[in-house]
Amino acid sequence: MSTLVLDSASRWFGNVVAVNDVSLSIGPGVTGLLGPNGAGKTTLMAMMSGFLAPSSGHVTLDGEPVWRNTETYRQVGLVPERELSFGYLTGRQFVRANADLHRLPDAAAATERILEVADMVEPASRRLDTYSKGMRQRVKIAAALVHDPSVLLLDEPFNGVDPRQRMHLMDLLRRLGDEGRTVLFSSHILEEVERLARHIEVVVSGRHAASGDFGAIRRLMTDRPVQYAIQSSDDRALAAALMAEESVRAVSLRADGLDVQVGDLGSFAVSLPGLARQHDVTLFELSPSDESLESVFAYLVAR
Amino acid sequence: MMNATIAKLALQALLGRRRFYVLLAFPVLLIGLVALVTALTDGDAAYGVLPNLGYPLVLPLVAILAASSVLGPEVDDGSIVYLLSKPVNRYGVAASKWVVALGATLVAGALPILVAALITGDSTRALALFVASTVAGTAYAALFLAISAVTRHAVIASLMFVLIWESLLGNLFSGIAWLSIGQWGLRVGHAISAELPDPANLPYAVIASLVVTVVGVWFAGDRLRSFSLRGED
Repeated sequence: MSTLVLDSASRWFGNVVAVNDVSLSIGPGVTGLLGPNGAGKTTLMAMMSGFLAPSSGHVTLDGEPVWRNTETYRQVGLVPERELSFGYLTGRQFVRANADLHRLPDAAAATERILEVADMVEPASRRLDTYSKGMRQRVKIAAALVHDPSVLLLDEPFNGVDPRQRMHLMDLLRRLGDEGRTVLFSSHILEEVERLARHIEVVVSGRHAASGDFGAIRRLMTDRPVQYAIQSSDDRALAAALMAEESVRAVSLRADGLDVQVGDLGSFAVSLPGLARQHDVTLFELSPSDESLESVFAYLVAR
Repeated sequence: MMNATIAKLALQALLGRRRFYVLLAFPVLLIGLVALVTALTDGDAAYGVLPNLGYPLVLPLVAILAASSVLGPEVDDGSIVYLLSKPVNRYGVAASKWVVALGATLVAGALPILVAALITGDSTRALALFVASTVAGTAYAALFLAISAVTRHAVIASLMFVLIWESLLGNLFSGIAWLSIGQWGLRVGHAISAELPDPANLPYAVIASLVVTVVGVWFAGDRLRSFSLRGED
């Protein structure tokens, strides 16, 4: 059982602040690190895995700093986003090299055991450069797990992996979390994180935006006000009718339509068609104007 | 200190890349050239190829290729994290990679120089040149490894050191011999055969070569301890 702690950790590169005063604590079980691209997830991962010094603050594993402390890697397995450039090795040779670097007492047996766990026994005798994306991801995980670490850090492990392989990987990570390991993975896809992690940490623009169990985060994200753009046969009449609705918070008229801000998404979706019919207005177009994940994140930060 | 797994992977990285054939081409061309000149001319003309081309150029070029192949690509593409996310001593990683680079420098640099020198006759002189090449190759491998650990442009930086500092400026100003790995090696070789030049004093040459080697490997190890991954964001 290990706990990874960031204590007001910041990291800047010249004038650019990549991670801004983040404090969080990651314990046993699967935790998802969620954030849009460029939010600083990779920088956070690098700091947590001892491959980047925090500009200020502390990053510790069970109380020990991880920067310039090679002994930490006895407890940590790291699955970097980087591609494997050891294409000339077979899967088995690669995992075995990792076992040897850890000086495991029985490296050969550990290699076979972990190939089994990662479901990589069959392709293990092939060279890495013949592997599919999903297989490379699995062999990277096998290599990171060969010394039975209590902490597993994975940077964007599902990127480019096909859906079936993704299910496989998720099952594997879930199992590892259930065994009491501290598993942290980063992703920019909400659904991915939601399906796997019990606990979610959200980072946006280098800041720690939210933290908690996925239900709470999901609620935060769906209960926020949503903006819609509507085009209809009579915008002004529709606007007047909409304003009377309880779910509508604001309506504004544009030259070619209207913008509606909605508080309760569900009841608005149900009542809109009836409302239009009742006032004899034809709806031409209804589109969410800020449904991107970035805007969800922006809302969380502004809150 | 040495790590057999790291050394094995470094050797595989060296042999597995196309650069390896370039590395092999140097000794083959050098020996071929010396053999050709020996066959076509009388007297000692062929030997001249070695102090003018083989020793000051082929040897450091081989060392540059070897040192940058065992470390450069892994640092460049960041895949060295796979080796460094392990509880292995960073100085041991540097030392292991240095040993592989040194081995390649001796096999593809010093040894061919010995063979070529033997073709021209005079085995004492050949031995002296071989010792000089071994001393210089040892320090070169460490220096170029250290350079590979700090900059992505290690090959260019190393080439500048050899071509501009040691060759061009070294020929213009004799004082540069005190700060030239090639000249230190020659001074050590001079102790065996007086046919090699005597550019500096012997204890200084020996100590300076040792210092560059030890500091170079240590420095590379220290840079690896602080190796940082920079994300795209």
